[in-house]
Amino acid sequence: MDFTLSEEQQMLQDTVARLVRGEYSFEKRLEFSETELGFSEDFWKQLGELGLTAVPFSEELGGFGGGGVEIQSVMTELGRGLCLEPYLQSVVLGGGILSQAGNAEQQEKYLSGVATGELKVAVGLQEPQAYYNQNEVSTKAEKSGDGYTLNGRKAVVIGGHCADLLIVSARTSGDVRDADGISLFAIDPNAEGVERRTYPTVDGSKGCDVFLNNVKVGADALLGEEGKAAEVIEYQTGRAIAALCAEAVGCMEEANELTLEYLKQRKQFGVPIGKFQVLQHRMVDMMSELEQARSMAILAASFADAEQSDERRRTLAAAKNVINRAGQFISEKGIQSHGGIGMTWEYSFAHYAKRLVMIGHQLGDEDFHLERYASLLQAS
Amino acid sequence: MNMNYTAEELAFRDEVRAFLDEKLPADIAAKVKGFRKMTKEDHQRWQKILSEKGWYATHWPEEYGGVKWSPVQKHIWDEESCAYGVPRTIPFGVNMVAPVIIKFGNEEQKQHYLPKILSGEHWWCQGYSEPGAGSDLASLKTRAVRDGDHYIVNGQKTWTTLGQHANMIFCLVRTNTEVKAQEGISFLLIDMDTPGITVRPIITLDGEHEVNEVFFEDVKVPVENLVGEEDKGWTYAKYLLTYERTGLAGIGLSKAALSHLKQLASRRLKNGKPLLEDPSFSQRIAQVEIDLMAAAISNLRIIAAVEGGGVPGAESSMLKVKGTEIRQTINDLARRAIGPYAIPFVEEEMSLDYEGEFLSDENAAPLSAQYFNNRKLSIFGGSNEIQKNIVSKMILGL
Repeated sequence: MDFTLSEEQQMLQDTVARLVRGEYSFEKRLEFSETELGFSEDFWKQLGELGLTAVPFSEELGGFGGGGVEIQSVMTELGRGLCLEPYLQSVVLGGGILSQAGNAEQQEKYLSGVATGELKVAVGLQEPQAYYNQNEVSTKAEKSGDGYTLNGRKAVVIGGHCADLLIVSARTSGDVRDADGISLFAIDPNAEGVERRTYPTVDGSKGCDVFLNNVKVGADALLGEEGKAAEVIEYQTGRAIAALCAEAVGCMEEANELTLEYLKQRKQFGVPIGKFQVLQHRMVDMMSELEQARSMAILAASFADAEQSDERRRTLAAAKNVINRAGQFISEKGIQSHGGIGMTWEYSFAHYAKRLVMIGHQLGDEDFHLERYASLLQAS
Repeated sequence: MNMNYTAEELAFRDEVRAFLDEKLPADIAAKVKGFRKMTKEDHQRWQKILSEKGWYATHWPEEYGGVKWSPVQKHIWDEESCAYGVPRTIPFGVNMVAPVIIKFGNEEQKQHYLPKILSGEHWWCQGYSEPGAGSDLASLKTRAVRDGDHYIVNGQKTWTTLGQHANMIFCLVRTNTEVKAQEGISFLLIDMDTPGITVRPIITLDGEHEVNEVFFEDVKVPVENLVGEEDKGWTYAKYLLTYERTGLAGIGLSKAALSHLKQLASRRLKNGKPLLEDPSFSQRIAQVEIDLMAAAISNLRIIAAVEGGGVPGAESSMLKVKGTEIRQTINDLARRAIGPYAIPFVEEEMSLDYEGEFLSDENAAPLSAQYFNNRKLSIFGGSNEIQKNIVSKMILGL
């Protein structure tokens, strides 16, 4: 049993940590967030130059075939810095779908760009009425000539506002909530009939809803087998969940450090408020939640690239459930321990709190994953 | 034991309903119910309507233009006004400084200030908290030094709610540094237009400008603006805080928010069915509804005790803790109810004038912001930790 990172994994994490510390002060992050892009183009380039956007890809693509633990190392540090770049969307999820479902030609066309960061991918798997169920797909892709015509709407596509490539799910057959009959398409965001309603997000990032109105794509836009995308979506969402858990742990670490520091330096009634037992116990609870979350993020990372199984499904559902609860707990209790100052825009804690609560709305909330876990519960 | 309203109380409720049916502007009610932004003008428009009816100052004696409502009548008003979407009364003038002036001010102050509060000419804000004095309010440092006919005030106040709209501020200032912290504090009324006062916004995590910092640099305040005696301000401050605490439980607001949540949950879908019919979500709603039911009865018990001549004691602290937790839970569920659409920050949809297509639900846009904004409920008006200290000291004797 060994929970320590290998030397290479540690070096990877240290590299990202140094980069984030150097380039991503809280003040700079606020500036990046307010730009039209919503993140730092320069920082994104640096992630590419240092080979960090290539981490999960093969050596031919400049990567080193990194798995869940390597992604975890990167995402934890991006989480600590509240980084806004579309690493999760483009590298982990977009790159993952292209690697798993793309044919040789499609991989050739897109993956080297994803690995260098030059091609930014955004993935639209949700729909307005579907809550968190990614198998609920009413967007239609109908055969027309050699290709398909897409009609429908994809909801809350983070990073979709600036993506060079959109990957969307659409139904080629079956009923609205059937797992069977879902297909994935790679589409050009500037193609005729693609409209994006762009918005900032509560946690300082940007996203959009994507409206598809008679969007014509060729047969070469289909990723993987027609109608068989549910498996790919489920598997790659699992990898993304593991990555999101790691990001959340980075956020929680920083949030807890800020709170602890505040308890030590803020004085009321002549003493640091950390001398009050009620605040001590709350801080201990926040640390315990972080430990629970960290354990589950580690477990999730170890399953991220494992072969699909009910055990993998259960583990990832469990991880996201724990992370969501811990994140909200730490956000709320941390604000309370800070008092008014924890609610101000100018102080970083509030922004960690917002990110953590919003992570709870990405790729399934607490109840969604509890239900998923319950549906896979083992008899003994 | 009789938990029913009397015939007179029922008649009063009908009167309240008739008044609200007739006089509450629809646009204001829509803003309140949909958690949209209220302007200063909205508040003033509604205050004028209430003042004309004689229902604005419910804590004042009739001789000053108040209305004499029993605790039960106040409760009925609270329930009905929340259900109708009446904007919350900005309490700083009518419900905070006014009771202090009425009890401790001189006749001149009463004649000067009270009519201006009723008419809306004066918009008051509160100068209590300081950067170094939050829960430990008595450690406040803003200094007032007597200089002939004036006090010269220097220092800083913070968390000043809606201070950007105010033309008057009531302040706790230190007039004596030689004595125990609580004994050297005075209660001053200050015109916000006095030279040397600077108001600086504090933007909260939801991007809103609701609170401010107020800086005082050699601000000259006439001595006649002192309320009561010099150095006795702590007594007045505590008197005011008991007024602040009543109503902080927000039972009526929770009921309105719960009804809003249920409507939302009946429109949003999960697996093709309304969220309200979803086993997990409906249980979450049921749980908070049950807790609210209990808190509402606790509230009525306190009201009945006061009606019978009792004084609301530390029980209102317990109710503040429970009530704010319940409201925060309802806000949490409303945010959860919109699923992934909790993430977009669609500011334009928060305005009542928005005429475009709604991204998801017509009431979705303010929900995340409101969840974050209402984290303040367990912090302000004496944090919930401080309330529990009061309970453990006053009731439990610990």
